[in-house]
Amino acid sequence: MSIDLKTIKHIAKLSRISIDDKKAKELEKDLNSIFEFIEALNKVDTKKVDPLTSIVETSLKLRGDEVKTKNIREQILKNSPDENKDFFVVPKVVE
Amino acid sequence: MSDIINLTLSALINKIKKKELSSQEITNAYIARAEKSKDLNTYITTDFENAIEKAKKFDEKGNFDYKLPGIPIAVKDLFCTNNLKTTAGSKILSNFIPSYESTVTQHLWDEGAILLGKLNCDEFAMGSSNETSFFGNVESPVGKKVVPGGSSGGSASALAAKLTPTTIGTDTGGSIRQPASFTGTVGLKPTYGSCSRYGIVAFASSLDQAGPMTQDVSDAALMLDVISKYDTKDSTSVNFKRGDYFKSLSSNIKGKKIGIPKEYRVDGMAKEIESLWQDGITLLKKLGAKIIDISLPHTKYALPAYYIVAPAEASSNLARYDGVKYGYRSEGENLISMYENTRSEGFGDEVKRRIMIGTYVLSSGYYDAYYLKAQKIRRLIKNDFDEAYKSVDAILTPSTPSSAFKIGDKTDDPVSMYLNDIFTVPVNLSGLPAISIPAGKDKNNYPLGLQLIGKAFEEQNLLDISYSMEKELSFKNNLQDWWI
Amino acid sequence: MSKNKEYLIKRGNSEYEVIIGLEVHAQVLSKSKLFSDSPTNFGAEPNTQVSLVDAAFPGMLPVINEFCIKQAVKTGIGLNAAINKKSIFDRKNYFYADLPQGYQISQYKDPIVGEGSILLDLPDGEKKVGIERLHLEQDAGKSIHDIDPQNTLVDLNRSGVALMEIVSKPDLRSPEEVNLYIKKLRSIMRYLGTCDGNMQEGSLRADVNVSIRKTGDKKLGIRCEIKNVNSIKFMQMAIEYEANRQADILEEGGSIDQETRLFDTKKNETRSMRSKEDAHDYRYFPDPDLLPLELTDDFISKIRKEIPELPDEKKKRFVDKFKLTPYEANILVSDIETSKYFEDVIKNSDIKLATNWVTGELFALLNDRNLEISQSPISSKNLSTLINLIKDGTISGKIAKTVFEIMANESKDPKSIIDEKGLKQQSDPKEIEKIVDDVIKENPKNVELFKSGKDKLFGFFVGQVMKKTDGKANPKLVNDILKKKLN
Repeated sequence: MSIDLKTIKHIAKLSRISIDDKKAKELEKDLNSIFEFIEALNKVDTKKVDPLTSIVETSLKLRGDEVKTKNIREQILKNSPDENKDFFVVPKVVE
Repeated sequence: MSDIINLTLSALINKIKKKELSSQEITNAYIARAEKSKDLNTYITTDFENAIEKAKKFDEKGNFDYKLPGIPIAVKDLFCTNNLKTTAGSKILSNFIPSYESTVTQHLWDEGAILLGKLNCDEFAMGSSNETSFFGNVESPVGKKVVPGGSSGGSASALAAKLTPTTIGTDTGGSIRQPASFTGTVGLKPTYGSCSRYGIVAFASSLDQAGPMTQDVSDAALMLDVISKYDTKDSTSVNFKRGDYFKSLSSNIKGKKIGIPKEYRVDGMAKEIESLWQDGITLLKKLGAKIIDISLPHTKYALPAYYIVAPAEASSNLARYDGVKYGYRSEGENLISMYENTRSEGFGDEVKRRIMIGTYVLSSGYYDAYYLKAQKIRRLIKNDFDEAYKSVDAILTPSTPSSAFKIGDKTDDPVSMYLNDIFTVPVNLSGLPAISIPAGKDKNNYPLGLQLIGKAFEEQNLLDISYSMEKELSFKNNLQDWWI
Repeated sequence: MSKNKEYLIKRGNSEYEVIIGLEVHAQVLSKSKLFSDSPTNFGAEPNTQVSLVDAAFPGMLPVINEFCIKQAVKTGIGLNAAINKKSIFDRKNYFYADLPQGYQISQYKDPIVGEGSILLDLPDGEKKVGIERLHLEQDAGKSIHDIDPQNTLVDLNRSGVALMEIVSKPDLRSPEEVNLYIKKLRSIMRYLGTCDGNMQEGSLRADVNVSIRKTGDKKLGIRCEIKNVNSIKFMQMAIEYEANRQADILEEGGSIDQETRLFDTKKNETRSMRSKEDAHDYRYFPDPDLLPLELTDDFISKIRKEIPELPDEKKKRFVDKFKLTPYEANILVSDIETSKYFEDVIKNSDIKLATNWVTGELFALLNDRNLEISQSPISSKNLSTLINLIKDGTISGKIAKTVFEIMANESKDPKSIIDEKGLKQQSDPKEIEKIVDDVIKENPKNVELFKSGKDKLFGFFVGQVMKKTDGKANPKLVNDILKKKLN
């Protein structure tokens, strides 16, 4: 199976990465060679195998319902690319 | 001063405790050497002024009972450090200053260690040669224009070049062990769940694990004592009974059963690797271990499965880098173009490639064929190890299929680069501990490493075996300081 | 609306049935968020209830809140649903300004709660609405479009707040059924204390799935999903609009596009949300930062023991034990605060009288002043006292209404009002006899007439006695004594 240019562009869109045609062609080549190598997996019969989703074989630990983080707005916004002291700022979104 | 930098971590600690050396003397020695070693490009960010200040404070009223009393340490730039830039080797985080500290680095400072600075690494730890860093290639002290391995390349290079007495890295598919092997140092990837992932920039959450990189095995044991701790802030941290690794270190391995997996004898493996492995087997026999041939039949599927699982998790983990909250932003006329420009300019090629792979294997219609399939293969690989461990205590393999290569040699061919991790990846997929120790050299005099893989949570066993081997191997890097 | 089953959309000779399913997002009542330790208070200053985890800083990891799990299990039990002992948290991946991680942690294939049901009281009987599932997930932040003309501002206070998504089966058939369903669901959660159900504050909102089919058809039509509607009224309007829109399309021979739509509350219409169209591949996969959630039998049975009497059971008890009509029981149990108030009142007073006073005078008062029962100026204790005063003859029902009015304005206890204003009923037979004698003495002519057979004049004598006692004479005594004296 091979990944075509259209798919590459769709994946880029889903990944929110802009690519031009040149880049798309490069990625087409790279991804196809990687997937060629990945396709080896098809040789293994896994019908009766349970997927391994977590390597840690214990149950999820639970925490108590306690508030520990109070107002740290300054810390939260300190690294923000915009200067606004109350909000994160993004280009206008029209819904 | 040259004496100081030639001491192992445990020797430095002894000297500090006996007051034969001060923290300031040690710190200054490493800083001075780092200043002369800029050509290796190991540091992304230095924090020398603060380090000197902290060393001074330690000498005035430090606690000498600490495990790392006044010891200066540089760490991989994947660990978030409070108030000090943390980049993960990426443009997208090139201006990011955390207001928090990773659990693992916090453990270092809590035991008296002093931060020297942040070491270069592959961007988001995605790479095997440190050539994907936004901050440039790192050179290995073992040879000009030679890669130090990756992704903890800056760490390995700095350690081998004696710019830090020890360091910590992270290992997702071999990122501690492979660079350790390339630079003639010791690299330990602990069992998944041993060291907290809190505050470490995530690459692939189910595989990432922090671990020590050291000059010798006892230093690794000492560092593991410090950083392996249960952490409630990481839901995958495991609360098992940790050993007293350094104190319990023993070189008596008589009767230990060591497995040799036939599937690691891959096609086209370099002769020198083959003989390195053979020598390791001979040595283990000499030390009284029992050698048992084993089979890990799904080994060859580990790498393809890894290149589904790791990118899938990464594609999601890296979605937070969107120019909204922190880091690099490229403006756009609307929200989507802001995202696309930011991520397109902010990420390097390898990272973008892996995000694309990850997005693809998770996308509608492909999930079962790729992601689910890989998770099933992962189960088979783990089952192989479980089966093997019914008859052996540990497994010996080469750390890498080849020795260090030249910068630029493999950058054009992603797959040949990925093949570097062929012996290390199965360990991450199975969550097991493994260590790489320097065991020989190739024809260019570049170091070669052997890997020991242990049972989950049995780091002590792994350390004991490698400790006993290390004594007999008496490996020396004999670096010529050509970069100074 | 007339009978529910008759909610049909008519076009020419065709009649369309409306099929509705709801995905309700209910905010879990908890102090801290689902995966972080920041607070969940409503109405705080922007970005002041945000932790490093909520804002998705590098290296931050989720740790789950046990209480939120208990709340979800509790709600599941309240919905007569199966509790899944193993459930899995997945990542739902999409980019949005108010989604800092670039994914929402949710439950996809293995939710914490499975199938259950809710009982609705319709005028023509009960209807069981199926629950498909309940799962836990994180809320997103809030994008604000109307402060800054050039930009969208993002407030992450809500980011990471625990939500229960409760998915119904497509069992609802009219806007009225949706109204009853939401109210019943809300009532159950408020009884359980798992969600405050406050729709103004966004604690309860729903995605509404609407499709139509010709009456008699078995196959479901293509549905549209109306996103994030935050009031019952808007849900009803949106369904009405959407069903008619779809009928228009089908009638003209067109076909419905399966799509996500938005209800525009200003124009009262739904419109397509094309902006989100291309983001529909959510790439769900198990969150590798979390392990499977496993619940023990012990954990579940402990929660089961904490489940209070729920509206359906309470209604049954009110009918069976207190002999209320189903209608009365319904209105008394639908809101937990009302039911608590009522049960407080009847602890020490007559049930029949209490039912009448609560559903009559008290509801009218609250309605009039637009108050919740928790804000009632008349406490359950005072109302109970008032009822007892009627019952033991201290005051008449008529006087009681006067006392009630004073209580409503002054929040005093009825006894002191009665004492202060001298409203106590005259029940001393000797006193009343004296007054009756006076009345007879003062009206000899009418006495004559009465005795000669003009029975109707009896009322006149009662009136005279009442007049002399400012209405406080015990009416029964007045009657008895008058009868005796006049005959």
